[in-house]
Amino acid sequence: MSASPATLPAPDRGGPAQPLLLLSGLKKHFPIRGGLFGATVATVRAVDDVSFAVRKGETLGIVGESGCGKSTTARLLMRLMEPDAGSMVFDGEGVGQNAQTGGITLKEYRRQVQMVFQDSYASLNPRLPIEESIAFAPKVHGVSASEARGRAHEILAAVGLAPASFARRYPHELSGGQRQRVNIARALALQPRLILLDEPVSALDKSVEAQVLNLLVDLKAKFGLTYVFISHDLNVVQYISDRVLVMYLGQVVEQGPVEAIYECPAHPYTRALLASRPSMDPGSRRTEPPLTGDPPNPINPPSGCRFRTRCPFAEGICAEREPVHSALGGGHEAACHMAEPGSGHSQAGRLAA
Amino acid sequence: MSEVMERPMTATANATPLVTLRDLSVRFVSRDATMHAVNGVDLDLGAGEVLCILGESGSGKSVTLRALMKLLPRSARVTGRIEVAGRDVQAMNERQLQDFRGSDVAMIFQEPMTALDPVFTIGQQIAETVVRHEGVSRTAGMARALELLELVQIPSAKRRLAAYPHELSGGLRQRAMIAVALACKPKLLLADEPTTALDATVQIQVLLLLRKLQEQLGMGVIFVTHDLGVAGEIADRVAVMYAGRVVEEGPVAAMMRGPLHPYPRGLLGATVHGGMRGQRLTTIPGAPPGLETLPTACSFAPRCAEAEPACLAGVPAPRSPVPGRSARCIKVAAG
Repeated sequence: MSASPATLPAPDRGGPAQPLLLLSGLKKHFPIRGGLFGATVATVRAVDDVSFAVRKGETLGIVGESGCGKSTTARLLMRLMEPDAGSMVFDGEGVGQNAQTGGITLKEYRRQVQMVFQDSYASLNPRLPIEESIAFAPKVHGVSASEARGRAHEILAAVGLAPASFARRYPHELSGGQRQRVNIARALALQPRLILLDEPVSALDKSVEAQVLNLLVDLKAKFGLTYVFISHDLNVVQYISDRVLVMYLGQVVEQGPVEAIYECPAHPYTRALLASRPSMDPGSRRTEPPLTGDPPNPINPPSGCRFRTRCPFAEGICAEREPVHSALGGGHEAACHMAEPGSGHSQAGRLAA
Repeated sequence: MSEVMERPMTATANATPLVTLRDLSVRFVSRDATMHAVNGVDLDLGAGEVLCILGESGSGKSVTLRALMKLLPRSARVTGRIEVAGRDVQAMNERQLQDFRGSDVAMIFQEPMTALDPVFTIGQQIAETVVRHEGVSRTAGMARALELLELVQIPSAKRRLAAYPHELSGGLRQRAMIAVALACKPKLLLADEPTTALDATVQIQVLLLLRKLQEQLGMGVIFVTHDLGVAGEIADRVAVMYAGRVVEEGPVAAMMRGPLHPYPRGLLGATVHGGMRGQRLTTIPGAPPGLETLPTACSFAPRCAEAEPACLAGVPAPRSPVPGRSARCIKVAAG
């Protein structure tokens, strides 16, 4: 392989302590227009003041129910849509600024950050053989056609699809699991540093899901990748993540190391979400669901704490004031009045470290 | 039908079973190809029993369920005996089917938005079923609709009667569909992945509701799912399907503790659950077989770690090492 710039992995710039990606105050509101003159009648607050960091070499899991903003967060992270407010810093460089002012251009950013979608069929061009799909992006970044194809074959082999029999196939000639492997291969083609996986195994059967999860673990070690793994499946997130972020109605309610989140969840929503997992043991069946009702509409989220309408511990203070993110030690933090000493909640500080 | 004779009767099926399937086969014939979706399924369901049909996509679980209500398209060639509540479903004509569907057997689907009619209110849709089957007045039908919405725990039920499907959240829509299905107190409820599209906190609510209603109304339920956790929460018995056949059948607890057949064993190993961090997941290599050809041997043999030449000799008959459990694998000891 020649030393053409786009085939070399981008060097580490900020050192190991610098987070690979730092998001702060990210907002995305979608206006709903109506009425005679198309005035804005309501706003969907899809992502509302979300801040988090992705550390180098980790897998960050994002969990939440539909409407919690996890997919909008993924699209903002990929810059498939522009945030209304907030900043993104990739390895010490502002995303979308030009290089002279210490930033990173969107083209260069997207070379280093790639995405795998849930729908393996819709995300591949049905008219391109898969080797062409994989070689497409390197060609855009200035790699010669023959070199890009050679590289595509190497990556196909790395994701467990023999190039001799698969390279010339079209997406419809592959099974769901094989197509998802192609999507992963395509994401790897530019030698990115961060891969964003948006529900990558949700559409797969269980026996195939395990194959793809094993592959993701192998590829991460082999290529030194960092993952952001979005899923609604709590068991899968627990298996693959080092740290976990829990979202509810466009906000982060809790984040921390995977052990802390799964063994001592602090936010009542996280606790309910974990308790809602069906148990494979018929001996430990419940009679009462952990939560009642559906998640509220993100168009008019409740005042104060957004979870208060379903929370068994809600008090007056929860409606008045939005909870702040309180540190619970070891990088574990929760946005709940009960986690913040002196917040005015009768059980305040009970959870604090 | 020597296979049928080997099958031990379960305790609940000793009385007249609610559902009897014998050698059910469904092929979809088109000009280009024949798809062998279901290849000889035998199942029994006792009154008041919950059976989960567990399988991956293409295993034939939904086709089996639809055959019970004769809901398959014309291109389907159905053979075998299908008896529900003592009636031969295959022999019914359209008129008899109209009476049969809704009153003896009802079905709930994965997508309530497509199963409910978007131009009628929830109340009208429930009342219509009651009026059609029980011949009562519209007012009485509406009164029943209100009772049913309360039964499925829809908050402020009176107001929700006048709501259209799009005005309800996903969880409420699913409850409304259950209310429509229960309108005429069916003896058998067929459920095709009714909680798959729901969020985690809502899924458990609907599962617990279905279990409670099943106990309350004494219905038999056949619940199709691909999720082992869902089966663990709701099933009395489980039938695992692979490539159009039931490869293992038995009580849920015994199956979860120690499956007999290598396929459910692999499925349990491949299902991610707590405490597996850092371990390598055991996988089932390969993918399920295509349905174009009728399998002449064990369909799972190409993916099975324990396969041997004898596995390819023919389709294994169900073997039953303990009463109430059976598996189609030659390695399982016959009882």
